[in-house]
Amino acid sequence: MRILNTDIIKNAVEKMCIEASYKIPENIVRCYYDALKIEESPLAKQILGQLIENANYAASNNVPSCQDTGMVVVFLKIGREVFLTGKPIEDMINEGVALGYEKGWLRKSVVSHPLERINTGTNTPAVIHFEFIDGDKVEITVMPKGFGSENMSAFAMLKPSDGIEGVRNFILDTVEKAGPNACPPLFIGIGLGGTAEKAMLLSKKALLRNPGYRSTIKKDAELELQLIDLLNQTGIGATGTGGTVTVFDVFVESYPTHIAGLPVAVNICCHAMRHKETVI
Amino acid sequence: MNEKRLVYPWTRKDVTSLKSGESVLITGTLYMARDAAHARMTDEFMTKGKFPFEPEGQAIYYSGPAPAPPGKIIGPAGPTTSGRMDKFTPLLLENGLYFMIGKGNRSSEVIDSIVKNGCAYMAATGGAAALLSRSIISQEIVSYPELGPEALRKLYVEDFPAIVIIDCNGNNLYEDGKRQYRKIHITAREDNAVKNPNKNTTG
Repeated sequence: MRILNTDIIKNAVEKMCIEASYKIPENIVRCYYDALKIEESPLAKQILGQLIENANYAASNNVPSCQDTGMVVVFLKIGREVFLTGKPIEDMINEGVALGYEKGWLRKSVVSHPLERINTGTNTPAVIHFEFIDGDKVEITVMPKGFGSENMSAFAMLKPSDGIEGVRNFILDTVEKAGPNACPPLFIGIGLGGTAEKAMLLSKKALLRNPGYRSTIKKDAELELQLIDLLNQTGIGATGTGGTVTVFDVFVESYPTHIAGLPVAVNICCHAMRHKETVI
Repeated sequence: MNEKRLVYPWTRKDVTSLKSGESVLITGTLYMARDAAHARMTDEFMTKGKFPFEPEGQAIYYSGPAPAPPGKIIGPAGPTTSGRMDKFTPLLLENGLYFMIGKGNRSSEVIDSIVKNGCAYMAATGGAAALLSRSIISQEIVSYPELGPEALRKLYVEDFPAIVIIDCNGNNLYEDGKRQYRKIHITAREDNAVKNPNKNTTG
């Protein structure tokens, strides 16, 4: 059994909030360069050039790449051999978020009750997902999620008879509806199966995968490739002004489901897929 | 890419000569407002009969900046999704507002109002907030400081890059650009049925 004071988690979360906002990861910026090589629209190329310049400028000047520094989603994987002491871990995560957003000059975008809409002033609370893993480590992933793209996410309970065709059409419709609003080229997370909330969570988790990495499940990997091809034929292009690169990648995560259902969740991420991970 | 220059004070003719698809570099005064400021401005107009600034001949940039770090004029300030302002926009256009800068689709009511009033809708690159903030030379809060990032601000921008999406003739780059590069005929299924009756509808 490893004893771990939760205080260390606060500091880690603070640091990750700032880093994720300032620095678009190298593998994401590489997607911009790769798209420049294949994009047919001159205007879309100009826009991709701006994204590269923006990423470089933000990282070298220590400012957020986007003014929407998001609502913070935290994925916490706790080793079964870890014994947590100190203040409740949720409190420490939220304290870390509040510190990071204050010190990093990040925009506080969280409002209290969805209908009252009073800014909490700290960008808290975060949305926290817990999981247990083997071992004596704690893995923390911080994903500041902007709402230009989050607003365009969608969910459907399809009929089993709708099959892969129905799944493809629903995803295509969702991306078409998102159009220019979600800041394409997009990263698309797909959650397939489980129950309603399980599918939604899978679609969010799918966005943690690195670009270019296919699912280890053959059926899902095939669907990913089909969807990348299909969505890039929509013509939406970078920022929706027309082009041949509408998605950078599509990630499918699946789970067994009920005989009567085919849940499909689509979580959309803008061109700046940002998250940071730390293992403690 | 050849960029057109738009310099304040802009005239109605400047605005009506903008063409969908054109890249523009803007220099001059922009008002910055998003969701909450639009709701408040509209309330103010309904109760007091005037907006907190005179919209005649002006332009609004939809954005809510991040806080300004020490030594900076403003934090990163990219465009936010314009559609959330749709319900407030026709009233501003009727009252003389010339153009808006944001990102994303507009409602048919807004497009109609753009055409009717000889206005324009432009987009700045969503997500390029750090870069765009470099074009902001000065800023001051005009109203609603309590709204923080959502306060109504007056900016002076220099060579602020934007693309004309909807022009005063109702041309819409989001539709035309997409059509130009589209390689499938699966959605807008009703559209598809009319235009490509013999094409397979799956991708």
